[in-house]
Amino acid sequence: MGAAHLTAWFAALAIFVLLWQFGEPISKWAFDYPKAWQIPLARWISDAMKWLVNEASFGLFTFTDLTRFIADIVNLPYRLALSLLSTGFLSGQGSSAVQILPPLSWIAVIAVVTLIGYHAGGRRLAAIVAICFGFLAVFGQWQSAMVTLASILVAVPLGVVGGLLLGIAAYRWPRFETALTPILDLMQTIPVFAYLVPILFLFGFGPTAAIVATLIYAMPPMTRITVMALRAVPSEFRDLGNMIGCTRRQMTWRVLVPSAKDSLMVGVNQVIMLSLNMVIIASMIGAGGLGFDVLAALRRLDIGAGLEAGLAIVALAIALDRLSQAYAARAGAPVAPASTGGLVARHPYTVAAVAVILVTGVAGLILPAVQTYPDALKLSTGSFWSNVVGWINVNFFDTFEAVKNAVLLNILIPFKRLLGGLPWLGVTGMLAFAGWRLGGLKLAAIVGVLAFLIAATGQWEKAMITTYLCGISVIFAALLGIPIGILSAERARLWSWVRVIIDTLQTLPSFVYLMPAVMLFRVGDFTAMIAVVAYSIAPAIRYTVHGLMKVDPRLIEAGRAMGCTPFQILTKIKLKLALPEIMLGLNQTIMFALSMLVITALVGTRDLGQEVYIALTKADTGRGLVAGFAVAFIAIIADRLISSGAARTKARLGLV
Amino acid sequence: MPLGTRTISSAFGALALSAAALLSSSQWAGAQESTDPIKLTLHDWTGQLITTQIMGEVLKKAGYSVDYVQADYLAQFAGLETGDLDVAMEMWETTGRDAMDAATATGKVENFGPTGMKAKEEWWFPEYMKEKCPGLPNWEALKDEKCAEAFSTAETAPKGRYLGGPVTWGGFDDERVEALNLPFEVIHAGTDAALFAELESAYQRKAPILLWIYAPHWAPAKYKGEWIEFPEYTKECYTDPKWGSNPDAQYDCGKPHGEIWKVGWAGVKDKWPGAHKAIKAFTLDNDEMGQMITKVDLDGKKVDDVVAEWMGGNEARWSEWIKK
Repeated sequence: MGAAHLTAWFAALAIFVLLWQFGEPISKWAFDYPKAWQIPLARWISDAMKWLVNEASFGLFTFTDLTRFIADIVNLPYRLALSLLSTGFLSGQGSSAVQILPPLSWIAVIAVVTLIGYHAGGRRLAAIVAICFGFLAVFGQWQSAMVTLASILVAVPLGVVGGLLLGIAAYRWPRFETALTPILDLMQTIPVFAYLVPILFLFGFGPTAAIVATLIYAMPPMTRITVMALRAVPSEFRDLGNMIGCTRRQMTWRVLVPSAKDSLMVGVNQVIMLSLNMVIIASMIGAGGLGFDVLAALRRLDIGAGLEAGLAIVALAIALDRLSQAYAARAGAPVAPASTGGLVARHPYTVAAVAVILVTGVAGLILPAVQTYPDALKLSTGSFWSNVVGWINVNFFDTFEAVKNAVLLNILIPFKRLLGGLPWLGVTGMLAFAGWRLGGLKLAAIVGVLAFLIAATGQWEKAMITTYLCGISVIFAALLGIPIGILSAERARLWSWVRVIIDTLQTLPSFVYLMPAVMLFRVGDFTAMIAVVAYSIAPAIRYTVHGLMKVDPRLIEAGRAMGCTPFQILTKIKLKLALPEIMLGLNQTIMFALSMLVITALVGTRDLGQEVYIALTKADTGRGLVAGFAVAFIAIIADRLISSGAARTKARLGLV
Repeated sequence: MPLGTRTISSAFGALALSAAALLSSSQWAGAQESTDPIKLTLHDWTGQLITTQIMGEVLKKAGYSVDYVQADYLAQFAGLETGDLDVAMEMWETTGRDAMDAATATGKVENFGPTGMKAKEEWWFPEYMKEKCPGLPNWEALKDEKCAEAFSTAETAPKGRYLGGPVTWGGFDDERVEALNLPFEVIHAGTDAALFAELESAYQRKAPILLWIYAPHWAPAKYKGEWIEFPEYTKECYTDPKWGSNPDAQYDCGKPHGEIWKVGWAGVKDKWPGAHKAIKAFTLDNDEMGQMITKVDLDGKKVDDVVAEWMGGNEARWSEWIKK
């Protein structure tokens, strides 16, 4: 870092401060973007949407026909899964339908998933899966859980395959990647509520629209991780592939994808987690299931029932995640030679599963308890959790209030005021300058234009509140998450616990803990911050651990041989090598924090999330998407600046 | 679906329906009605579940096939406009008016008339606050500085804190505070669940709270308290500044009582004319609804059972709705 560099920073900062402190009387427009200059983007989008829904046509069929056709195709596997798990096979529609075949009984489903668990990961996994599904039955969540499971069973494979294919394409064609990256950012960061209305118009109201929304939200991490994982495949493997004369296709599917498997599984995990995360919003547009139960329970402030339904989502997530991980681990192991012999010997698991299904199916006709879990054996925590929250509330509210007020008055509000008072022109200029110093003119242009667009579409004030809320939350999440990640990376036992906790935080609908948080902290920014930190801490931890675990053990060994202390090994070797992953984790933390905006709007923040929510209530596509874009632009600016900063740091450390 | 198949399938449908009608000796034999299920939307509050399921049960009695679809209160209009959804049984004047107007303006959504229930919305306080603020429930008591301070928190002091509904509900509370010159600050809850979470919290601690509550709802049944008595709402109050105690401002009165409307896809009328009539005829009143909500949310009964109980006790009423 030369002196010239520092001087440039100081000069820019000085101009910025001058403008901020003394500019207001001279150039009011630099502080409040004049209404007359606003770009009427919201109206354009609304008009375009109207045209798309009502008029767009390919000649033979309209655009809506096309999307409806896609919806019908997605609907087929969904109906099948739903029939199998929940409704049974029906003839006719609605309430006049007649059941031809009952759905799989609860015993059959548990037996089958347990068998799958045993097949994939032995007794331990079988037990985990059985407990998770047993929880659903015992706590009376079975019906709803099966509805949710059906839509997850459709959404996750679509998300994984779609994400993988996009990722491979991006890896192969750099141009495609350049085009795709901003789209991925938009998909992941535009709040779902912003595009809910158009999706409903295009794909119809119901589970299919919910699946489409889930895919848009859950696919990007898979794509990103695929690209990163394929890049990380050691070049020796590629050389080997070339030497033995692989075709491109063989190279991709036989060499690259299998060697990147471990990292790809992180992507699968994320797709599962994010899909389950969408369960609440999906239930708002006709998917039903557990999400609906959570919402309904919390609207009558039945915290226990909400928590039980929420934990049922977590149980599903854990079971599905562990199963997919186990299968990935198995796929690498050598395949046992196919045993000869009878059908039973060759396919013991399939035969056992079919047998259980048939036996329980027939038995269920005679004994209802076999078909559906008997009410008499159901457990519930009843009012226990409400009482716990009540007890905490009565005894500790004042303490909480004091802590809250301290944080609010000393950190949150000053920061909010600071950001709110900055001139948009100055901030845009500063961001562009940072982009120029960190990544050159192109980055400066991108960052500057995006920041300008936020102001030009009239979102500046709300965008600043958003930045303040997410910024503070990300700082807290990183300060807590990265140390936890460092600790857990070294201790397998701790990691297994932390994993359960972050999986829970990521899949437990935030609504479940948001309402008790409102009871203890009132509505407002502080409660919103708790929700955002709780959700966005997961990637900070996960990526840190993953990065540290991936460090080549030979390098650590070499460090040890040279007499490094454990602290030196950590700071000089491990953390440096894991830095790219940690940065990716930080990036994801920001994305996750922004994606929580929809939820924070529910506790009365006045940011872009609220703008999106208001637009939804008015079915105003344009207004919602404009605010949604502003959220996405904030995310992209943060992402680009951080990535370039990280790349520069890496280059300086000699890591590249 | 191409036009040809639709005609054929509806022809089959008519046949099947009349066959079914013969068997069940229902009065709909021979009606030219679709056998497709009528899709009613369910939202996430108990009153709406009850209303919708009563309607559904009644339609079933008339021989219709009924499907319940869980949908968001406001997002559902996208479905009602395209006919993916057919009927929404509770659209509150007070919270859904904008979305409803936008939808009916397209001509694809029809207002099926009032449900007979009236939404009451007003400022509300728990009974124990009367000690600290003796003039309540008269609104003028709120003008007293001591009273306002009793409702204050660290953030709002010395002003009182009034927890309003989500901004999306409108309600003109900021304007009301201004017009009536009340020493209060309006804080908006983001969602209705948050609103009641705060109430529950305050009630447990016997702490001060003043907030927006609406009925029919379980809260007024569960918590002891009263509505603030503002000057009665009139149309002029909201439009004419001269009206009321403040000659320079509108909104110097209480909130209006709103109808709760039934809305649905405009195609229902042609597709299921009989059902259309029944839906339009459907009415309930606030007391009935209040009792049923209490049974479910506070006594822990199931919605299905409460609905069945109502169906058993009111046969004369609902058979009138589906009479030919």
